[in-house]
Amino acid sequence: MKPDPHNKGMSVIVKTVARWLKGLILLYGIYLVLYGHMTPGGGFAGGVVIACAFVLMTLAAGEDQGLSFFPKAVSSTVDSIGLLVFLAVAWVGTWWASGAFFKNVIDTPQQSYFSLFSGGTIPISNIGLGLKVGSSLFLVFTVLAAFRLIKNIDSKDEDTK
Amino acid sequence: MIEILTALILLSIIAAIVALETDDLLHAVIALGAVGFLLAIAFVFLAAPDIAIVQIGVEVISLVILVRATSGRNDAPANPRRRHLGKVIAVTLVGVIGLFGVRSFTQFPEFGSPVMDRFADAPSVTYLLEGLFQTGAPNIVTAVLLDFRAYDTLGEATVLFCAVLGALAILRRKARVSNDKEEDGIK
Amino acid sequence: MIYSLCLLLILVGLYGVIVSRHTLKIVIGLVIMEHGVHLLLILIGYRAGGQPPIVDPGTLPALFAGQSVDPLPQALVLTSIVIGLGVLALLVALCVRLYERYGTFDVTEIKRLRG
Repeated sequence: MKPDPHNKGMSVIVKTVARWLKGLILLYGIYLVLYGHMTPGGGFAGGVVIACAFVLMTLAAGEDQGLSFFPKAVSSTVDSIGLLVFLAVAWVGTWWASGAFFKNVIDTPQQSYFSLFSGGTIPISNIGLGLKVGSSLFLVFTVLAAFRLIKNIDSKDEDTK
Repeated sequence: MIEILTALILLSIIAAIVALETDDLLHAVIALGAVGFLLAIAFVFLAAPDIAIVQIGVEVISLVILVRATSGRNDAPANPRRRHLGKVIAVTLVGVIGLFGVRSFTQFPEFGSPVMDRFADAPSVTYLLEGLFQTGAPNIVTAVLLDFRAYDTLGEATVLFCAVLGALAILRRKARVSNDKEEDGIK
Repeated sequence: MIYSLCLLLILVGLYGVIVSRHTLKIVIGLVIMEHGVHLLLILIGYRAGGQPPIVDPGTLPALFAGQSVDPLPQALVLTSIVIGLGVLALLVALCVRLYERYGTFDVTEIKRLRG
């Protein structure tokens, strides 16, 4: 069977184009997360697009490059931090004066209704969710893509490790 | 409008039947991708832009995962023994469920008049009228997800966390002591 | 009726789950069922000639509530799609592990090999 090309990445054209594109895709994902309360988007959509940018980088350059940019320990930490930010926003609502769980504690004055810094605690929750979803999906893709079967490991695969 | 949606759903059904009946796994995965993208177009026509963005992103990642899992492992069941009785029973069962479903759809409101028009105190009416003033966010879907119904979002984030944790735990591999090299996977 | 067409998509997925002998075909059937269910939920909340539920700077709230689609099914389907991806990753990991353990993707063969 032909040697597994996934460890070395793809050709030079694909690598160059991916190097230019991954910044733009990441920027689009961050835009979706930050402006989630004004235009269609939000934490989940932005997180999925951020994960797509990292998946593109891993596919084009090989798993070694992808893992060296964003190692497994870092991405699990970012995953947990995202969920903890979301929980912290919920608990702040409880501790505020006579608040309920998840109460929106930052009031928005009338004149700042359609600007970036409106919406109370919603942008903070969006950032936490975007981090969480992005790093979760990237982590699960890396582990699935780097999986090697025990049965099919022969001498050719041992050299490409 | 209804014609466009009907055509899209019919194409999705044809692609789904192709995905399930073909023998080559790569063809099946590509047909599944066709179902997902047609659905994203249908979501745009149904005035749901958030969901179209998420559907396209998720479809791309799931296609990559499935192609990666099926490439090089074309080990299709090579048993040509056709079990007709099983298929007939399955079609009968599915047909019975379909009949019950179609019968219950006659009690739904017409396509195009949502439920919130019939009840004056429906929660969606409150969300649409008070959403901007109580939360300060013009995107009512985000306001519902992260302010009015934020507890459900916490539950969904937990479910996603557990699913990813389960996938990582299944693919864990201990270091083999009989070989000299380390295996891939989570250490 | 358009609801019945959507139900037909769900039933095609269900048929695939029941009848398939290849584990990955079962996974594909589950994904088709999820797509059908999401589409059905969004179809229920649609208003004819409706606008997306995003407030424009110039509209009155009552007018906006009279011409917008239902935002509640959209919020629920949004998270459900992302969770579907997580569950798909879990199922594919299971299938790959089964292939490694038993050497085949066939469900009937896996039942026969014990231990």
